[in-house]
Amino acid sequence: MRVVIADYGGGNLRSVSSALARAGCEPVVSIDGVEVREAALAVIAGVGHVESAARGLAAQGLDEAIVDRAAAGRPVLGICVGMQLLCGESEEGGRGLGLLDAPVRRLRSRRVPHMGWNTLRPTRPSVLLDGLEDDDVYFAHSYAVDPAAADVTVAQVEHDGVVVAAVESGPLAGVQFHPERSGVAGARLLANVVRWSRSV
Amino acid sequence: MVKKRVIPCLDVAGGRVVKGVRFEQLRDVGDPIELATRYSELAADELVFLDITATLEDRGPTLELVERAAEELSIPFTVGGGVSGLEDARALLRAGADKVAVNRAAFEDPAMLTALADEFGAQAVVCAVDARGGEVVTHAGRNPRGRHAVDWAQEAVARGAGEILLTSIDADGTRAGYDLALTASVSDAVSVPVIASGGAGEAKHLADAFAVGAEAALVASIVHERPERLRELKAELREAGWPVRS
Repeated sequence: MRVVIADYGGGNLRSVSSALARAGCEPVVSIDGVEVREAALAVIAGVGHVESAARGLAAQGLDEAIVDRAAAGRPVLGICVGMQLLCGESEEGGRGLGLLDAPVRRLRSRRVPHMGWNTLRPTRPSVLLDGLEDDDVYFAHSYAVDPAAADVTVAQVEHDGVVVAAVESGPLAGVQFHPERSGVAGARLLANVVRWSRSV
Repeated sequence: MVKKRVIPCLDVAGGRVVKGVRFEQLRDVGDPIELATRYSELAADELVFLDITATLEDRGPTLELVERAAEELSIPFTVGGGVSGLEDARALLRAGADKVAVNRAAFEDPAMLTALADEFGAQAVVCAVDARGGEVVTHAGRNPRGRHAVDWAQEAVARGAGEILLTSIDADGTRAGYDLALTASVSDAVSVPVIASGGAGEAKHLADAFAVGAEAALVASIVHERPERLRELKAELREAGWPVRS
């Protein structure tokens, strides 16, 4: 399956691309709006500030491509900052694409960034989480979707309070952790995403 | 709850993993990617690659190693050594590093941490602090800088560092345990995770570092000698009641 990774200039796309290839996809990193709009699955990934990521997407016209494909019901996976880009206003400054009605807030935990492996707790059934109950996955972030956005949340973790770990809503899926850096559990998540994207 | 991390550190010189005592007497312990893959199979939580001769030789870390690591590994890794500014850091992250560790360059130009955090997010910025007798030292321990490690760590975090990699040069390679007083004072002084480094000899040493506030512990010589030791260390920590990933 052809998967397009939207290249907004934020880096770390090589690991995501390799992980998708291991999951049996044909990943392509692209700045091409048509490709990002039309591919079977689009992934927004990477590290960075949500504002610079949003600016990077907009500079290539990829923001519209993502909005268009979501409106057409074509699946999008956001990873880490990519998940925050699917949301609206962020306390980091700036805003995402507003596709998910969920604000992004700074973590209130004692140690921020939330860095390391944490145990997924599913909050409602989702094909994204098949076989991943109680698995550890890798987080590295200071901001996250507000836990009040319970209607889109499918998994959370505990870090001095609840942290939203995964969301799913229509053609949109987001994970706050890094599946490409979460070993066997991460590989399973990506395989689940591929299955999910075919059913959207 | 986020797990405590055990992080093998691969000191790289001339494309090979090396290990010394107190940053001296280097000996060859293997190929970086081979060792990294082995550690990943043995449940390493993360890896750190430090190009320990890059600053001394006045050059940046090699991107080829980073690209190979990014493709082969499915756990996070940090790259440091010779990172002199935004361009080096960007190149490393683009090549696939999850985090960059900055040491001397950040000490001499702390604003660099802010620029890095603004562009890549604090979670990608590790400030490596080497200390001898509590004093910051740079250039693989050769240059004392006349500033206390706690003071520098606090500024580094205020400037944008998302993690502190705290190495005691006194303890490095001795296997006599981490510098707990230093680890405790830095962990208390900052809100970001602190990685204790230098001196790991047995599971109790890692437990001691966690008990004084470290979120993660770096290991090198004890696992390079016999990689399977990594899995045993983690099992011993779990038995002692520490939340450690299996």
